[in-house]
Amino acid sequence: MKGGRRKNIDRLDGEKTYLRIEELFLHNSSESSYVSLQTLDELMARDNQREEDGFERKIKLGKIVRPGKNGSDEIIIVPSTIETKFYHDNAPNNEEEEFGGTGTEEEGSVIGEKSNNPKNEDGSGKGPGEGSEKGHDLNSDAYNLGKVLTEYFNLPRLKQKGIKKSISQYNYELTDLNKGFGQLIDKKQTLKRIIKTNILLNNIPEKTKPDLSSLIHSPQDTVYKILSREISYETEAIVFFVRDYSGSMQGSPSEAVLTQHLFLYSWLMYHYDKRVKTRFILHDTQAIEAEDFSTYYRSNVAGGTKIFPAFELVNSIIENEQLHLSKNIYVFYGSDGDDWKDNKNNLVGEIKKLSKYANRIGIFVARNSGNDNPTSLESTIEESNILSELNDILKITQINSRDFTESQIIESIKLFLRV
Amino acid sequence: MKLVNQHTKNIMEGCKERAQDAGLKFDQESLEYIVTNSDLIELQPKIMIPTMYDFWVNDIEIIQGKEKYKVFPHNPYETVINSRPAISFYNDNNPDWLNVMIFYHVLAHIDFFQNNHLFSNTWNEDFVGKALADKRQIAFLRTKHGRWVDYVIEFSRSIDNLVGFFSALNEKEAPPIGADMAGYYFNIFCQEKLKLNEHIVFKQIEQYNKLISNNPQVGKVLFFNNIMKKHPEFEFEFKKHIDTNKSNKTDVIQFIRDHSPFLNKDENKWMKTIVNIIRESSVYFSPQIRTKIINEGWASFWHDRLFRMDDRISGNEVQYAKINASVTSINRAGLNPYAIGLRLIQEVEELGDRGMLSHEFERITSIDERSKYNTQNSKGLDAIFHLRKHFSDFTLINSFVNQDFVSKHDLMVIGKRQNEERNTTEYYVKSKKAEDYKNMLLDSLYHPPSISVDEVKTNDKCLYLIHQFEGKQLLKSHIKSTMMGIGFLWGGNVELITQEIKLNKSDGTKWNKKVIYTYKNKKLTKEEL
Repeated sequence: MKGGRRKNIDRLDGEKTYLRIEELFLHNSSESSYVSLQTLDELMARDNQREEDGFERKIKLGKIVRPGKNGSDEIIIVPSTIETKFYHDNAPNNEEEEFGGTGTEEEGSVIGEKSNNPKNEDGSGKGPGEGSEKGHDLNSDAYNLGKVLTEYFNLPRLKQKGIKKSISQYNYELTDLNKGFGQLIDKKQTLKRIIKTNILLNNIPEKTKPDLSSLIHSPQDTVYKILSREISYETEAIVFFVRDYSGSMQGSPSEAVLTQHLFLYSWLMYHYDKRVKTRFILHDTQAIEAEDFSTYYRSNVAGGTKIFPAFELVNSIIENEQLHLSKNIYVFYGSDGDDWKDNKNNLVGEIKKLSKYANRIGIFVARNSGNDNPTSLESTIEESNILSELNDILKITQINSRDFTESQIIESIKLFLRV
Repeated sequence: MKLVNQHTKNIMEGCKERAQDAGLKFDQESLEYIVTNSDLIELQPKIMIPTMYDFWVNDIEIIQGKEKYKVFPHNPYETVINSRPAISFYNDNNPDWLNVMIFYHVLAHIDFFQNNHLFSNTWNEDFVGKALADKRQIAFLRTKHGRWVDYVIEFSRSIDNLVGFFSALNEKEAPPIGADMAGYYFNIFCQEKLKLNEHIVFKQIEQYNKLISNNPQVGKVLFFNNIMKKHPEFEFEFKKHIDTNKSNKTDVIQFIRDHSPFLNKDENKWMKTIVNIIRESSVYFSPQIRTKIINEGWASFWHDRLFRMDDRISGNEVQYAKINASVTSINRAGLNPYAIGLRLIQEVEELGDRGMLSHEFERITSIDERSKYNTQNSKGLDAIFHLRKHFSDFTLINSFVNQDFVSKHDLMVIGKRQNEERNTTEYYVKSKKAEDYKNMLLDSLYHPPSISVDEVKTNDKCLYLIHQFEGKQLLKSHIKSTMMGIGFLWGGNVELITQEIKLNKSDGTKWNKKVIYTYKNKKLTKEEL
């Protein structure tokens, strides 16, 4: 933004308000500034001021997925806001999304399909479940989001008691390159540099075979591998993200759970500087482990719902890898609360078992639209009395996914992290 | 931003002549600007009005727009605003032949703005100039009241979709029976107050008409002097009738502006200016948002017709055909307003040419005869000019999307469903019935909820709002903050009566339930009635 632009008007203090720019526009000048843009910081300051003035914050963090080179996408965080008005809600009338089109096919025939498994396809999109997958690394972007979250949403910092401080170790490895001296010659790099130098010296004529004996070799062209100090982090905490991706989760429940998990993940990445290990579990009637957050975030809805296999899988991973002996374990679970009734005892059993290993289990229920009654997951937990039994470890929070707000998500995270 | 060069302006003037010869009507003056991508991104949140007032929400959209542009660069060929003179914006570097096409498209838009009766309330002023005055006013208020100006803008904008656009239009285009003295006397006073027999009323009308034709200047005065002698209460009753009918027509935002105890406090009166600016801007944009499909259809129809007749572009037909197809082809999946609008206007032209927009045709029942019907009276152009004058998106779709139209263009409603076996999302042909297609189109049109003030129950402490339920409930996530804004502007509590759709999950039955939302002490509560 150019400094000159904002002179027109300062919107908070409202100094100097003569709007010469518009007059320039009307007189056909080539000047093209007709806005007095505020920076993101100014907008955020305005948003903070709202709370003091007694109104809710309005600025949210939106995400744009930028398809990157080599198939790796980048997530760009942009501010966004919604101007609330009385609008009609089409959702309760149409269970199914529909739109127009043209074609000669008969009614009922399928004209296209899209895989729910993001691995098999490329594409662009802005929400979970869409977009390309290859080699996507959310870490650096999540790190930025976490920074913004910590700054603007005042999330509590986890106490030392929660996750032990990691021990840093240093290893010496032959990974860095150095010109002139070092431990081992890197022949390929050296040759490249010699050729480069000789091209610059016109020693290698175009389109003829170079005479290797006449090449000039400067000592600076020799590239060596050199010992360097590398920090290795020893992970002390492991966080399991577990979510339901069954059919009933389609739409807003998935969005709520994923928003919460993205925030949690981003915040952990920022706060622990990538020293926390994460594992990702998806389940419908069966549970699977997703290889990274990207797959976890982008995998789409599948079949019916059984919750206990997810916790069973978490328990078996912990037991097989003996994680509980060396690590602090955190489990965050998100679902719309639907579960097969007959699995009650299994589920309670698995949660109890997990509570012996885990430092904190956070269950987040994004209730489906139009349903204000407790969901089957909530009633199972209520009836089994494990909430009071495990009150230090188990936390449960619920929202209505149809009209959830970002601040509700932040509140639910605060509850999970309360010491 | 700069004016187009003289060469390009000459092309535009050439287009104007040809378009006027073909029957389009528009003011001779127009301004054409070349804008950069960054200009466009900055103008879009201001609905392309460069002089629109500043507001922080626009700034957020600009930041977002710039990031989005980096990821998904896209540019419109043109944008026109309904100002006097009409202003249009273009991307840089179009070849001449493409400018010819774009200019015809723009001229048809201008013709639509200046002749369609939904826009009649915008004909007498230049919004760009008005917006500049408003912007200065708001900027001046900011010097005195700082950020509170932005709160008033925000809360007024939260109800700016409830403006009474149609009632204002109706008043101008079709004043109600009884709005003038004669209309009130014969239609209401004689029949309801005096309870006169019909034949006596007719006799009086005859007398009145005779008097007027004999004394064009004073006939009316003479007649009503006589009436007022006979019925001294007439004048009072007429005034009362006018007053009561007026108050019924205020929309929510007008009502708050005029009657809010908070805004009427001396120290808050400046807020009324802002409320009014927001309301008037919203009324100004109301016709545009209700004529997107027909306006784009109209512009596409004329750019095609006029371009192909234009002698200046020979040699570029193939390139033109390619661009024209990309703009106006019906999407395999998804709705293209240009395409549907164009097809509907072409359809009406054909119906007019074959004489099918007539009672004679309507009376024919045999399918065979109907399909062969052709009076060859070539009234197609008249028919589409009638559309341009009187129709909106709703009336166009509601009148002309029928089975013939849907089948002719292989239109269909596409549904989206989960295939759990294959773990895919399927897109399938849900319906090819005209009724379903029409409903899908109508559902996509702008239609804000109808919400009015219950003037009887409203008092200084509480504003009562009634939502007229049309089968769709209000979006719950927006209710609280919208009511909070209204509560601020009223300076008290707000109640809203509406209906909600309840679903029985086990058998899928639905029913409506009347509910009342109350915003009080910064809390929203809901009660079922």
